Amino acid sequence: MTAEAMADRTSEEVIPEKEKMVLIAASGDLDKAWPVMILATTGAAYGMDVTVFFTFWGLHILRRPGIGITGEDWRQKMLSVFSQGAKLSQLNFGGMGPKMMKDLGDEKGVASVQELLELAQGMGVKLWPCQMTMDLMGLERDDLIDGSDEPAGAGSAISLMKEASISLFI
Amino acid sequence: MADLTVDARNLQCPMPVLKISQGISQIESGQTLELIATDRGSLSDIPAWAKDMGHPIKEQFEQEGEFHFVVEKS
Repeated sequence: MTAEAMADRTSEEVIPEKEKMVLIAASGDLDKAWPVMILATTGAAYGMDVTVFFTFWGLHILRRPGIGITGEDWRQKMLSVFSQGAKLSQLNFGGMGPKMMKDLGDEKGVASVQELLELAQGMGVKLWPCQMTMDLMGLERDDLIDGSDEPAGAGSAISLMKEASISLFI
Repeated sequence: MADLTVDARNLQCPMPVLKISQGISQIESGQTLELIATDRGSLSDIPAWAKDMGHPIKEQFEQEGEFHFVVEKS
């Protein structure tokens, strides 16, 4: 058997790698976080290997519920106070907008961001916190939900996106 | 009669697709799954998912405002 034929035979035996999907979640707004989690879970339902990279305000999607004030520096603390609760990018009305949208979601049978996040974890979606954002905001691993993956950076995200058939920045 | 019936009624996008994908992993190749949904978006989403995943749709009908999809696992 020639080396080429042997290589062919080996390649046949290799289990095809799953297609990859990468989502960059850069916003904590409800109307951004929602589609991120909808697409992440649906990608997993398509049998894809899905990774969501949470950066800047997007990292707040991974914040443990009821975590309160975080950070050491007064500026980090202030940012954590003013970023409590997901806002709407438009028609926020001081928190009334997201409340109305969440209530409508419940009435219409739309799974919440929280529910989708739990489903995503069950479906093996990887949740990558951005290390730089954690340092910037003074967030510790314990401030993030259980099951979030090891923090990573732009390099890891680019390496993954180079191989992915779907990469979206939301 | 399908081997497994999955109820996705009163659930919006993306739940019907998530439900059918969970259901399909519970049955064997050649077995069938019937998904019942009320989300009008599933009329395009379920066939799109089934085509992409390679599971043929054996039957599809609407009954009393509910959409039924019978899919055979490939």
